[in-house]
Amino acid sequence: MPKLSIDGREVEVPAGVTVMQACQSIGIEIPHFCFHERLAIAGNCRMCLVEMQKSPKPIASCAMPAADGMVIFTDSPKAKAARHGVMEFLLINHPLDCPICDQGGECDLQDEAMAYGFDRGRYVDAKRAVSDKEFGPLIATHMTRCIHCTRCIRFLTDVAGVEELGATGRGEEMEIGTFVERALGSELSGNIIDLCPVGALTSKPYAFLARSWELGKTESIDVLDAVGSNIRLDARGQRVMRVLPRLNEEVNEEWISDKTRFAVDGLSRGRLDRPYVRRGERLYEVGWRDVLDLLAQRLKAVPGERIAAIAGDLCDAESIFALKELMKGLGAFDLDCRQDGAKLDARQRAGYLFNTSIAGIDKADLCLLIAANPRFEAPIINARLRKRFLAGGFRVGAIGAAFETTYPVENLGAGGEALALLAAGEHAWAKALRQAKNAMIVLGQRALARPDGAAVLAAAKRMAEDFALVREDWNGFNILHKAAARVGALDLGFVPPEGGRDVAAILEGCRRGAIEVLYLLGADEIETKDLGSAFVVYQGHHGDRGAERADVILPGAAYTEKDGTYVNTEGRVQRARRAVFPPGEAREDWAILRALSAALGAPLPFDTLSALRALMIEAHPRLEESECLEPAPWGAFGVEGALSPDPFAIPTEDFYSSDPISRASPTMAECRRVFGMGSPPARTGTHG
Amino acid sequence: MLADRDRIFTNLYGGEDWSLAAARRRGDWEGTRELILKGRDFIVGAIKDSGLRGRGGAGFPTGLKWSFMPKESDKPSYLVVNADESEPGTCKDRDILRNDPHKLIEGCLLAAAGMGAGSGYIYIRGEFYNEARRLEAAIEEAYAAGLLGQNACGSGFDFSLYLHRGAGAYICGEETGLLESLEGKKGMPRLKPPFPAAVGLYGCPTTVNNVETIAVVPTILRRGASWFAALGRPRNTGTKIFCLSGHVNEPCNVEEEMGIPLRELIEKHAGGVRGGWDNLLAVIPGGSSVPVLPKSICEEVLMDFDSLAAVKSGLGTAAVIVMDKSTDIVKAIARLSKFYKHESCGQCTPCREGTGWLWRVMERMVKGEAEEEEIDALLAVSYEIEGHTICALGDAAAWPVQGLIRHFRPEMERRIKERRGSAAGARRAA
Repeated sequence: MPKLSIDGREVEVPAGVTVMQACQSIGIEIPHFCFHERLAIAGNCRMCLVEMQKSPKPIASCAMPAADGMVIFTDSPKAKAARHGVMEFLLINHPLDCPICDQGGECDLQDEAMAYGFDRGRYVDAKRAVSDKEFGPLIATHMTRCIHCTRCIRFLTDVAGVEELGATGRGEEMEIGTFVERALGSELSGNIIDLCPVGALTSKPYAFLARSWELGKTESIDVLDAVGSNIRLDARGQRVMRVLPRLNEEVNEEWISDKTRFAVDGLSRGRLDRPYVRRGERLYEVGWRDVLDLLAQRLKAVPGERIAAIAGDLCDAESIFALKELMKGLGAFDLDCRQDGAKLDARQRAGYLFNTSIAGIDKADLCLLIAANPRFEAPIINARLRKRFLAGGFRVGAIGAAFETTYPVENLGAGGEALALLAAGEHAWAKALRQAKNAMIVLGQRALARPDGAAVLAAAKRMAEDFALVREDWNGFNILHKAAARVGALDLGFVPPEGGRDVAAILEGCRRGAIEVLYLLGADEIETKDLGSAFVVYQGHHGDRGAERADVILPGAAYTEKDGTYVNTEGRVQRARRAVFPPGEAREDWAILRALSAALGAPLPFDTLSALRALMIEAHPRLEESECLEPAPWGAFGVEGALSPDPFAIPTEDFYSSDPISRASPTMAECRRVFGMGSPPARTGTHG
Repeated sequence: MLADRDRIFTNLYGGEDWSLAAARRRGDWEGTRELILKGRDFIVGAIKDSGLRGRGGAGFPTGLKWSFMPKESDKPSYLVVNADESEPGTCKDRDILRNDPHKLIEGCLLAAAGMGAGSGYIYIRGEFYNEARRLEAAIEEAYAAGLLGQNACGSGFDFSLYLHRGAGAYICGEETGLLESLEGKKGMPRLKPPFPAAVGLYGCPTTVNNVETIAVVPTILRRGASWFAALGRPRNTGTKIFCLSGHVNEPCNVEEEMGIPLRELIEKHAGGVRGGWDNLLAVIPGGSSVPVLPKSICEEVLMDFDSLAAVKSGLGTAAVIVMDKSTDIVKAIARLSKFYKHESCGQCTPCREGTGWLWRVMERMVKGEAEEEEIDALLAVSYEIEGHTICALGDAAAWPVQGLIRHFRPEMERRIKERRGSAAGARRAA
C-alpha cells in the first residue's frame, strides 16, 4: 500500500491506483477530459497535470501510478499554470457556439472552463473548422467542437469491439472519423454520446429538442431487453425526450444499448390512447365505463375454462399478478407468458435464470453459447463477455448457426447433434468444459422455442451437472432471456397448470372454438391472424399485432408511464418508476384490471399499487426488491428426450424491431433501413 | 583537434568501400566473439565507464540505459536502433548508414549481447531508400559470414537483426512513437512510465538507441572505456560527428572531440562563415529544436551537452546550422515553427493546438503584423507548451521561439514599429 503526500496530506492508497484516483480518494477533484475509468488510459488531454516533487515537468495524474513517497501538489502555481495553459489551448480552436450546442449545460469543457478558463482569449488568428462526419442515424457530429480526447475511439475499439473509429491526419489536422464514411456498426454506439466531453458527438434524434436543465429526471429500469439496464428517463412535459444510462456495476456498468437509448420516440407514436370496441370491421371509440361493462358482461357469460390469457414481454410484475388474480376469480387457468413458445420450466427458478449473473461473467474462464447471440439479444451482456475476453484466458464456443460477434467464437456444430455429443462427453470441447475452472453455458430462447425445447433444456441441465458447472461457489447454467417480463411472470407462475394450455394450445383452442375469450396483456409477439371466432381483449399501449385483431382495446401504460417491478434475466428484482403520465384516456395496467374486477362484481382486494405490491410480495416473497442476488437452488427441470438434429437458429434480424415500442420508433426504423436488418443491402454515407 | 588515430568513423566520407571485406580491413568485426564472451556485465560496465551519452539528442547515459534491461524475464528483450534521422540540419547517421554500415551492425550485436536482446530492429527513415538498400546488403553479408543469426560470430549468442523502413514522419523518431510505428500503428508517442525498458516493443523490454550511439560501441569495447573517457571533457566524453551546414564555405560532417569550441569547429572544418566570422549572425548548435545562439555567445561556447545547456541551448544532434547576416532570423525561426506544426502528431493538447498558434503568430511577426505585447504572449504560449506534453516534440517546438525572443527581441520589435510607421504613412498619403 503506497503512502504519498497530496497537498500536504498523507494518503495511503491501494497498490495500482493512479495519482488521480489517490487525489479523488481524499476529495480532491482533478479536472480531466480524456480519462475515463472504464476506458484505456490515453493521457492526451493534459488537463490533469499536477506537480510532483523532484520531477522537472508536471505529471499526468491520470496515467501516473501512485508510488510510495510521492509528494504531489494539485494546487501549486505550477500545476495551476499547466491547467490554465491546457484550457486555453483547448479553447482556441473550440467554437463558442454553446448557445446552440446540445451539450450546453452538461458539457465538461464548459464546466472546466468556468474553473480554469481565462475571461478573454489571446488567440486572434482564424479558428479551425472541421467538416462533419456521417456516423449513421443515431449520432450527430459537430467535429469542429472535437477536443481529440479519443474517448469515442477507445470505447468503440475496446468496449464495443468494433474497430471502426480512428484518427486520421496529424497535428491540427487530426480528425476523428471512420475514414471511409459509414454508419457505426455497433449496438452500443450511443454511449459515445455520453462519453464525448464536448458537443462533438450528440444524439441525432434528440437534436435541438430540449435543454438539459428543462428536463425532469426519473431513475428507472429499461424493459426493451431482459438485462434490466438501469436508466434515467429525461422528460419534458408529458414526453420522454431521452434515455441515459445510470451506473450499476452489477448490471450495465454505465452503458446502455442503442435500442434502450433511442427507441423512446416510439412512445409517442402509434399509441392506444382511448378504449375501443369492434363492431363489424371497424373499431369505435367508447368510454371506460361502457367498455368495462361490456367486457364484464361478456366474461360473465363464458365459463372459466373457455377463457385464456397471455402476458406480453413488457409487462410489469404487478399487472401480471393482478391479471392472474382476476383470471383465478373467473376460474380461468390457461395462462401463459412464453409468447415464443420457449419450453421454460417454471417449477425450478434456477432452470430459467442467468445464474452466473452478469457480474459473474468476470470470473468465468469458458463460455458455451447454445443458440444464443448475446450481441443482439443482450448487447450489455455481450459487452461483459468481451470485457472478460480482453482480460485474457477466456474461450467461447457456440452451438448454432455461425454468427459474428465482438470476440472470437469457436463453432462447435449447428444443431442438436453437436449438443448431444457434447452432453455425452464425446465432443472435442467436452475436455475443455471439464478442465475449465468456471465454465458457463448460455442457453438462448431459440434453443427452447422448438418442439424439442424441453429436451434441450434437460440436456443442458445434465451437462451442467456432469461437467460440475453447478457448485456451492459457482453456477454456470444460464438462460439468456430477451423479454423483460419473462422472469417476473415465471416467478409469479403465469404458466398453465399441468395439462393446461400453453400459448400454442391457447391459439389452437381459439381457432377450434374451445377458447371463447382471449385476454392479451401487452402480448404482441404471437400470431394473431387466425384466432377463429374468439373474443379478443387487448390491453396494452401500442396499436401493434395484438390490437390488430382485438375486439376490445383497453389502453394501458408503457414502462415510462407506470411504477412497476421487473425481474431481469439474472433474477434481479428492480423497480421502474413513472416519468410521465399515460397519454389520453390510457391508464396504468393494474388500475384497469382492478376496475374490470369491480365491473365484474368481484373487486380485487387492493385499491392502491402499494397494496397490490404488498399482496404480490406476500404471495411471492422473492419479488421483494433487493440489492443483492440470491442464488437460486438447483433442482429438477426440463424433460429428457431425443434432440432434433435441426440447426439452432440464431436471432439477429429483429434487434431494432423486437417489441411494439421499437416497431413504432422512427429512429429504430431508420436503423433497420441503414443496417439492413432483414432487408437488402445497407445504405451508407457513401451512397450520397 | 581530434587526432586521426582516435577517429572512430574512418570511412565517414565513403573514400573506401562499405562492404564487409573493406570494413574488416578497417578493423571492424575484429575480436567480436571475444568481446561477447566477456559477458553482459563487461559490456554494460565498459559503456558506463566510457561515459558515452546518447547521440540522438537527449544525451542520456547509454550504459545506465542498458542497465535498466531486466536480467531475467519470461518475455523476449529487444534492441531497437533509431535510424529515423529527421531532425532538420542533421545528416550524420546517413553517412554512417551508407559508408560504414558494419560499424552499426557490429554495434547492434554487441549492444544486444550487453542487454540480452535476442532480436534487433533498425527503424530507418523512409526517405533513406538507398541507405536502406545498402544496410540491407550489409546485414545479408553479416548473416552470410555467420556474424549474425544463430551462434553469431561463433560466440554461442543468437541474434537476429531486421531492417524496417518508416514512412517519413518526424514523430516516428521519438522512441515510443517509433515503437508504435514499428508495431504497425499510427506513430504516436506513448505515455511514460512505463519506460520501454519495462514495456517496449510488443510489450517486451526494449532499448532504443541512436545509430551513432550503437555504432561507436565496438570501438569503445576494443580500445577500452578509458580511451573514450579520456577524450572530451568530464561528463561529455568521446568523439561526436558534427554536421555543419548553412552559411559556411564548406558544409560537412566531421568527427571531432566533444567540447571543441564552436568557432574552431566552424573555421577549421567548414572553411569558416561565409564572408568571414564577423558576418556571423547566429548559430543553431544542435539541430532545429534547440534555441538559437547569437554571435556573442558563439565566440566562446564549447560544443558539448553541459556547455550548451549552460547558455540555455543544447547539443541535440550536434547539427550546427550557421546563419550569416543576410539571414531573416525571424523568418528562419517561423519556418521551423511551421515544421513542428506540420509534424505534431496531434495526440496531446498543448502540442496539437500550441504549435499552430506559435506558427501563426510567428508568420505575423515576420512581417511585423503584430503588437509588441504579442511577443510576451508568444513567449508565454511557448512556456505553456514546454514540459506539458507526452513527448519532447512540444519542447522542440517551443525552444526555437524562446531562443529567438531571448536573443533577437529588438529585431522583432523593430519590425512591428516599422510596419506601424508605414501603415501610418500610407494613411497620411491617402
